Amino acid sequence: MLPWTQSAFSFGWIVVMGFLVTTACSLVGNYLILRRMALVGDAISHSVLPGLAVAFLLSQSRSSLVMFIGALCAGVLTTVIIEMIHKKTRVKQDSAIGIAFSTLFAIGVILISLFADKVDLDQDCVLYGEIAFVHLEPFATVGGIIMGPPSVVRMACITLLTILVIALFYKELLVSSFDSGLAASMGIRAPVVHYGLMAWLSVVVVSAFESAGAILVIAMLIIPGATASLLSTRLPTILFLSVIHAALSSILGVHLAIWLDCSMAGAMVVMAAALFCLAWVFSPTQGLLQRLMRSRDDFTQLNEIQTLKPHEPQFESLPTA
Amino acid sequence: MAAIRRFLFYLPCLIFLLLVEPVHAAKISEISETHVGEQALRFFTFQDAALRYALIGSVLLGITCGLLGSFIVVRRMALMGDALSHAVLPGVALGFLWNMNKDPVAIFVGATLVGLLGSATVGLITNTTRLKEDSAIGMVLAAFFAVGICMVTMIQHLPKGNKSGVDKFLFGQAAAISEGDVRLMAIVTVLTILLIVVFYKEFLVTSFDAGFAKAAGFPTRLIHHGMMLLLAFAVVISLQAVGVVLVSAMLITPAAAAYLLTDRMNRMLWLSAFFGMAAGVLGSFLSFLSNNLPTGPFMVLACSTIFGLAFLFAPRHGVVARWLRQRSRSARIQRENTLKSLYHVLESRDFHGESVSTHELAEQRRETVEDARQQALQLQHHELVTLHDEGDAILFTPDGWQRACAMVRNHRLWELYLTNAAHFAADHVHEDAEKIEHVLGEEVVLQLEKRLQYANKDPHGRPIPSLHDVRQGARAESGPVELVGYGRED
Repeated sequence: MLPWTQSAFSFGWIVVMGFLVTTACSLVGNYLILRRMALVGDAISHSVLPGLAVAFLLSQSRSSLVMFIGALCAGVLTTVIIEMIHKKTRVKQDSAIGIAFSTLFAIGVILISLFADKVDLDQDCVLYGEIAFVHLEPFATVGGIIMGPPSVVRMACITLLTILVIALFYKELLVSSFDSGLAASMGIRAPVVHYGLMAWLSVVVVSAFESAGAILVIAMLIIPGATASLLSTRLPTILFLSVIHAALSSILGVHLAIWLDCSMAGAMVVMAAALFCLAWVFSPTQGLLQRLMRSRDDFTQLNEIQTLKPHEPQFESLPTA
Repeated sequence: MAAIRRFLFYLPCLIFLLLVEPVHAAKISEISETHVGEQALRFFTFQDAALRYALIGSVLLGITCGLLGSFIVVRRMALMGDALSHAVLPGVALGFLWNMNKDPVAIFVGATLVGLLGSATVGLITNTTRLKEDSAIGMVLAAFFAVGICMVTMIQHLPKGNKSGVDKFLFGQAAAISEGDVRLMAIVTVLTILLIVVFYKEFLVTSFDAGFAKAAGFPTRLIHHGMMLLLAFAVVISLQAVGVVLVSAMLITPAAAAYLLTDRMNRMLWLSAFFGMAAGVLGSFLSFLSNNLPTGPFMVLACSTIFGLAFLFAPRHGVVARWLRQRSRSARIQRENTLKSLYHVLESRDFHGESVSTHELAEQRRETVEDARQQALQLQHHELVTLHDEGDAILFTPDGWQRACAMVRNHRLWELYLTNAAHFAADHVHEDAEKIEHVLGEEVVLQLEKRLQYANKDPHGRPIPSLHDVRQGARAESGPVELVGYGRED
């Protein structure tokens, strides 16, 4: 049974929310993949948890601004810890990432379970997300016009801002991601771009966190970009394709979740991974099928050459080393 | 042979762990009173069987994770552990679906198989696409974990079956470790230790020099997959106590702490297993102090504390040690520069008179008299000069003279080398020589001198002190004089 026949209204909001979250994440994620920092995104999305918990305990309010500041600090702190560990000692970056995020995440979980009665955060909710209840929120009104569920409105703002930020700093991000030498010669300061990206990543992660859960965020930072980069080698095309991927996976994910009666965010990620597998197999330039055909072509060609060889005088006349 | 003998030595200890007597008692989670002191007392008197299981389980998983973690940390595959630990979740759910119960064996088999599938997928993606390993790891992690979450939520929506406990796999609850779990953990620990002892050389060589291992005919791929299998085992037995999300920390953090403390693999393995064990015990103790505290985060925090201490205070690789080393190096450079200035003062007087006044030193260094006095005191402290006339006359000790000569000699030889051999302009060489004079070794200086045909004037026309000049200042009774000063830190 298709969800639309049941209640197009409520599932519409879930799809919209999923699309907004995945779009924002995938746009930022593309740059993470280019900079080989895919797992830093993973780390930050785990480690904003203590930021949220501390911000909540200190301010005793769940206002978005306080949460944002908490998460932003935690996100930047994570990058600083990672850099510190792997620059100051001989521990490699991958170990540093693992140490930093697990420590912060552990602190977050402990804080939440110690103050479970005071904190309105649920550790399971943080992982799964509560995207299924988006449409149940009382609708927000802006200037007397009913806009929709407040988390959707907030996420829409973040997504638009993300697009705006990428459009404004397109050149800086592009150059510093591909060629740090050229970026330096153009007067683009690498640390500024780096920490700016990390800060914006934290903003996106935290705004997606409450309503969509960590798993959707982690997955959507990487999977759309990876899928798109299998299909194209041009950054604008990749950005565009990852948005398409975001839309498809959120629509298909909701269908899957209703069919199997399981977590919405999880199902969206499963569909995103399925789309990746499709691209992996059928990509016209680097798909598995294409590689198989090419290697078979090579093989037959080689066979032909070897069969022809005794009859072809020109091979024998070649000078032998 | 030695390996087998060593193994036979450990075997009795390990068999003992397998024979833990089954005593039926309340689970820790069911204990109602939560007075911290009482709980601590219970913990240390080992009253409850459930507590014993939790403790033995933590120790076992600490050892296994510590040992395997050492290898993945030096192989730079730390995040593979992370990916594997997330990827096993669908396997856990599958094992649970097998007979709708928390059967440790079914869960173990399911999780191991899915974990291996995950690590194989990472390999396949990196081999067949142009995606880098980090993207592949992140993708497998997220995709498998999402499948797992879908399955767990499906299980929770199922109408029947004993569903309690599936969600405990996310953050871990050591109190939920049962007798069967402990047996499984003991078997895995024994297997891990056995394999590491028997194939130590293979693991070591493939971890540090994959190219050499391949050339020497080691089956590197087989060893890689074997290690992945062990890693999957370790992750699966840790799930119950630490939880999916934080298992990777138990793998990475103790091993990284050990990596900072030693340069030898066997010591690293010992240390890392010990740290893992300590963190396991500490974590289960802390989470035992109060009801409903998850165990995993406390274990991880214990690990991180150990790592933090190693990060700061490791004797060679720690931050404090590095800072001290850096400070002593810059203090030495400062001293050597002052000695050089003293030499320059004497040289400007054609070495008439032996003592230099503080004013002359201050003038030479373009500093205040007070600063010059401080530096002279520093030199006196290191027995490089002696101070007379209430600190106003500075006199070289033989050691100080030697070192001053050596610095000037290094500086001028290097300047000459740059102008003659590298064809630098004479007015561009001073800055470079100023830096390198402190690090040139004795051998290099002798070579330089030979290359320059024992020239005795630098590009600015000033005499270069010869080895003979350097030694002249030394006390006659101190026997054969060695050149000191280069690269020595104190």
